[in-house]
Amino acid sequence: MTGLFAEIQAVAGRYPEPKSAVLPALRLAQEHYGHLTPEALREVASALGTTPAYCRGIASFYDMFHLAPVGEHMIDVCTNASCALVGAAQVLEAFERELGIRAGETTPDGRITLRSAECLGGCGSGTVVSIDERYRQPVKPEDVPAIVEELRRG
Amino acid sequence: MAKAKHPILVLAGAEQGDLRALEDYRRAGGYASLEKARKLGPGATLEQIKQAAVRGRGGAGFQMGQKASFLPSPGQAKSPIYLVVNADESEPGAFKDREIINRVPHRLIEGIQIAALAIGAERCFVYIRGEYLSEYEVLSAALAEAEAAKLVSVPILVHRGAGAYICGEETALLESLEGKRGQPRSKPPFPALVGLYNSPTLINNVETIATVPKVIELGGEAYAKIGVKDSTGTRVFSLSGDVVRGGNYELPHGTSFRELIYDCGGGIAAGRKLKAIIPGGSSSPVLPADQVDLSMDFDSVQKAGSFLGSASVIVIDERACMVQLALRIGQFYMNESCGKCTPCREGTRWIEMILRKIEQGRASHAELDLLADVCDRVLGKCLCALGDSDAMAVASYVKHFRAEFEAHIEQGGCPYGDTSSLAGVRSPVDEIYRGRIGQEAAL
Repeated sequence: MTGLFAEIQAVAGRYPEPKSAVLPALRLAQEHYGHLTPEALREVASALGTTPAYCRGIASFYDMFHLAPVGEHMIDVCTNASCALVGAAQVLEAFERELGIRAGETTPDGRITLRSAECLGGCGSGTVVSIDERYRQPVKPEDVPAIVEELRRG
Repeated sequence: MAKAKHPILVLAGAEQGDLRALEDYRRAGGYASLEKARKLGPGATLEQIKQAAVRGRGGAGFQMGQKASFLPSPGQAKSPIYLVVNADESEPGAFKDREIINRVPHRLIEGIQIAALAIGAERCFVYIRGEYLSEYEVLSAALAEAEAAKLVSVPILVHRGAGAYICGEETALLESLEGKRGQPRSKPPFPALVGLYNSPTLINNVETIATVPKVIELGGEAYAKIGVKDSTGTRVFSLSGDVVRGGNYELPHGTSFRELIYDCGGGIAAGRKLKAIIPGGSSSPVLPADQVDLSMDFDSVQKAGSFLGSASVIVIDERACMVQLALRIGQFYMNESCGKCTPCREGTRWIEMILRKIEQGRASHAELDLLADVCDRVLGKCLCALGDSDAMAVASYVKHFRAEFEAHIEQGGCPYGDTSSLAGVRSPVDEIYRGRIGQEAAL
């Protein structure tokens, strides 16, 4: 039994029904494996008493789960209405320029993935950018080179 | 600033900064309402909530007390009663629940305990959107502190979502919490009778629950005197878009859009003109600028053809191309449609496709009519409000700004060119369908 398996079972024990723990379980597995590999899905399924296909069906529904490899760092740039009105398009373009990739892609060295995102809930001071699940706001195009430099160094 | 004279209730004590530590919250009078509710007992506590006539702050505006009264009484329930707090805030334009959790997490916890007592709940769950990692940490820390101080008698579990707008819909939220894909259930039965794990469940938004301690402190009747008839109390308005000082402002219901936008928000930069207002998040139909003096309460906004929803006010100035804005909103609903029911799954895609053709100047006048027809075929025919939101919002852009849609068709492109504030905006669906969308066969 791996540490992950025991960790998932411990989380499942906090819920009235173990299957409720599928989101935290998938999150733990993703942290462990980097993305949800077939092995990760099998491990989650066996810890929760369900099937890998079921876990894959859940994972594919939610944006924060990755069934394919992603970069070590994840940049999500909100481009929804409020941020769009205050220049999200230019912020996204600045990241593309700085990283040399298009939104939806990962840098060739596997370090950084860039995505455009739906509303992140920081509309009052856009553009909102989530980097490895931590928000930065407001981000202006001129802030982008320093952010990318920081991620490349870190 | 005008807001100083208004009562601050939900964010009380946090005017100067976050009120996160238990000690500070108690010094500001925190958890006294819980003590009061325990003395009142469940029946009298629920009665106060009913008298306060608090309408749900999540979007639908249903009265909290009435919703709670659909639950079986604890003695009659055959299975445990659950309280679920909806912290899956994902409506474009809404960021108030995030602020409440960050600034007054204990008020939410206190509200949960009072509401749980009032309905006889056995367990409570807070479903917080996955992206709110910092807020999850703030709330978890506050909860640990409250538990250690023995303030939590009904257990609370904070559950993180994983990125799906639809999980803010209450039955989709329950499905997700049960470990399933977040797809809405067919109603009835309503969650009050058949909710989480088929048990009676009350689901309320963060702000609604965070209102409860002040309701108990002031008393239901006194609370109901704040605000206006049928929209009692204060509201945390999320202000964003083309405004100098975006942010959350707690104001009584009945305040005008003008006061919020100009007095609190400092108006629009560089003297630019107001073009339109989205009153309650992207789901609510857009209002033209001449509605700026409208009262921000449920009934007034509804009479004007929209709804107050989550009180998320998005300001749009004269630089915005309304076709681009409608398209971006349409892309959002298409991206977030769960695919369970046909009108939404097909309709959101058709709406996006036609809007894209119009925006690119490739559409005909007949296709503008087709857009209205598709919206009509979605409206009122879906399992949940997502399809309706798309259809109603998009139809409102066409209704109020039809000339801009027609100009795109006649000029074969955007009349604003590169000068629109939304020029070049993209969305996640562009990444998913890159190279395919935009090359749809002629309709």
